Amino acid sequence: MRFLEAVRLALQTIRTQKLKSGFSLLGVFIGVASLIGAWSIVNGVNRYMTEKFAQTLYGVNTFQLRRRPMFTPNVPDSVWRSWARRPRIRFSDAEALSAGLTVPVITAWQSSDNITVTYRDKQARDIELTAASERYFDIKNLRLALGRAFTAQENRAGAAVVVLGDAVAQRLFVDRTPLDRNVRIGGIAYRVIGVVERQGSILGFPLDRFVVVPALSPAQNLVNPPGILDAFLVKAQSEPEMRVALDQAEGIMRSRRHLRPRQDDNFALDTSEGVQRFWAGISRILVVVLPGVVVVSLVIGGIVIMNIMLMSVAERTREIGLRKSLGARRRDVLRQFLAESAAIATVGAAFGVVAGIGLTFLIAATSPLPARVSPASILLGVVMGASVGVIAGVYPASRAARLDPIAALRQE
Amino acid sequence: MTDGQPFRTGDTPLPDIVILTHKLTRDYDMGGEVVRALRGVSLQIRKNEYVAVMGPSGSGKSTFMNLIGCLDTPTAGEYWLNGQKVSDLSDDELARIRNKEIGFVFQTFNLLPRATALHNVELPLIYAGQPARQRREHAARALTSVGLGDRMDHRPNELSGGQRQRVAIARALVNQPSILLADEPTGNLDSATSGELMQVFGDLHRQGQTIVMVTHEHDIAAHAARVVTLRDGVIATDQLQAA
Repeated sequence: MRFLEAVRLALQTIRTQKLKSGFSLLGVFIGVASLIGAWSIVNGVNRYMTEKFAQTLYGVNTFQLRRRPMFTPNVPDSVWRSWARRPRIRFSDAEALSAGLTVPVITAWQSSDNITVTYRDKQARDIELTAASERYFDIKNLRLALGRAFTAQENRAGAAVVVLGDAVAQRLFVDRTPLDRNVRIGGIAYRVIGVVERQGSILGFPLDRFVVVPALSPAQNLVNPPGILDAFLVKAQSEPEMRVALDQAEGIMRSRRHLRPRQDDNFALDTSEGVQRFWAGISRILVVVLPGVVVVSLVIGGIVIMNIMLMSVAERTREIGLRKSLGARRRDVLRQFLAESAAIATVGAAFGVVAGIGLTFLIAATSPLPARVSPASILLGVVMGASVGVIAGVYPASRAARLDPIAALRQE
Repeated sequence: MTDGQPFRTGDTPLPDIVILTHKLTRDYDMGGEVVRALRGVSLQIRKNEYVAVMGPSGSGKSTFMNLIGCLDTPTAGEYWLNGQKVSDLSDDELARIRNKEIGFVFQTFNLLPRATALHNVELPLIYAGQPARQRREHAARALTSVGLGDRMDHRPNELSGGQRQRVAIARALVNQPSILLADEPTGNLDSATSGELMQVFGDLHRQGQTIVMVTHEHDIAAHAARVVTLRDGVIATDQLQAA
């Protein structure tokens, strides 16, 4: 009996015994569906993190000088306390870096806090106010949908002009133009000169609830004490140049802080790698836990299939005897039952793939998680499902193959 | 033709002898106790003979049948089928012989309940490695020859007992075996249907088919040309009878 014959026979048996086959493929179905679903989440978030998240928060080839790193998983209290004791970043630090970096870079100041913005009787609460210098828009890759960004002159002069995030413009002005209107930020009147393009959201966090004002404008007082900023942003033209700039920045800051060679930095130079490392930490946990879940359900699926195949062999003893009397060799019988259990598992895996893809779309549509199906997971799912079937089928099939035809035929 | 002819190992059997057994012995080990089911059966069956094997239960006729059908191997003695010594063949070779040389008809028909008549008849051809289309043609021809040309797509439960047994006969003959081996073929049939079946066997015999039939019914055995009776694992009588 050739291989195709065995497969055909197996599919026939599955068709004629739908219910039993349905139960037996449930385990593999769940295993593969959860594999693909979970993998899709990790995959989707991974791509998101590397392609969008890190770049949105940091920009390409960009680093930030901060008092402490922005994204930090599981930091012990003692470390937090030592970070809180560090000196803050001063305007003078930023100026020293601007003067001291020899590679071509663009830089920006940034300080942020949450405030309320009002226009007449309308309020937009919980808005991120960023006091920044003019190149901030370039570094963050924020494009203007309306109007313009503020200029270097306006920044230096501390002009009371503001660029709104999309959500703020929508909230305060609905469909009227916000340009040249005066909004109030912490009681100070700011003239709207531009609106940033819609940014969407990241992992459910909206990215459009912000306003940007010149770093030296009056609202700076709402964010930080005079002379202090949250972060100094440096964007180089290439990765190697960024490395050089990073080293230079570290040197300059260490000398400004009078650190001795053995002392650690008391400031942070944050890159997008930091976020990615943070995410890698989380996804490593998933990568360890996820296969566990999948393996457990596949093992259970395999045991279920093995049991049902053993039942099936017992039920069909007479059929096996008959087939042997008609000339089936041991290997024919073995192949028949192996093909059957492999087919059950593969069909289960195929349904699992479909369900996993469906689950992925469902997750992507209903939750902030950016799930995305990975083609490799489909392949792996089907291969694993089929292997579970083959492995689970070995014992029942070899029992069937070893049956004595006479005893098998005699069985009622 | 009769028992007791001198036979020496290594002799080339006569060309028209299909079945030749020499001191065929089969012991079963039943939990330490040895049951001697066959105690040296020597028998020759020529081409186109129609032989009924009779005997009370426990006489060894089932054991004899299993050995002749290559479902079992003897403890001692020799079995030659068509000039080939099969008593010491491997499992796979025995399977090939069952497939090509022997057509079984069982008391309980042993059809696959979920398969159509056509597929049931196709089974031996599958194991013979025939391609699908040729297989279907051969199976259809075999079914037509037993008068079931219009029942090919029926499942066994849609067929009468006689029809089922004819499907089984078509299956037994589809590979054109050397012998048709029937084990109580009328055991599950009423007497009218049994009569019809005996007619089919008679026709096959006239067409040149070698038939060995195990039965305990005298009136069924009466259709055979030769009746071999086993008792206590040996041949008690071996008689030709008028057709």
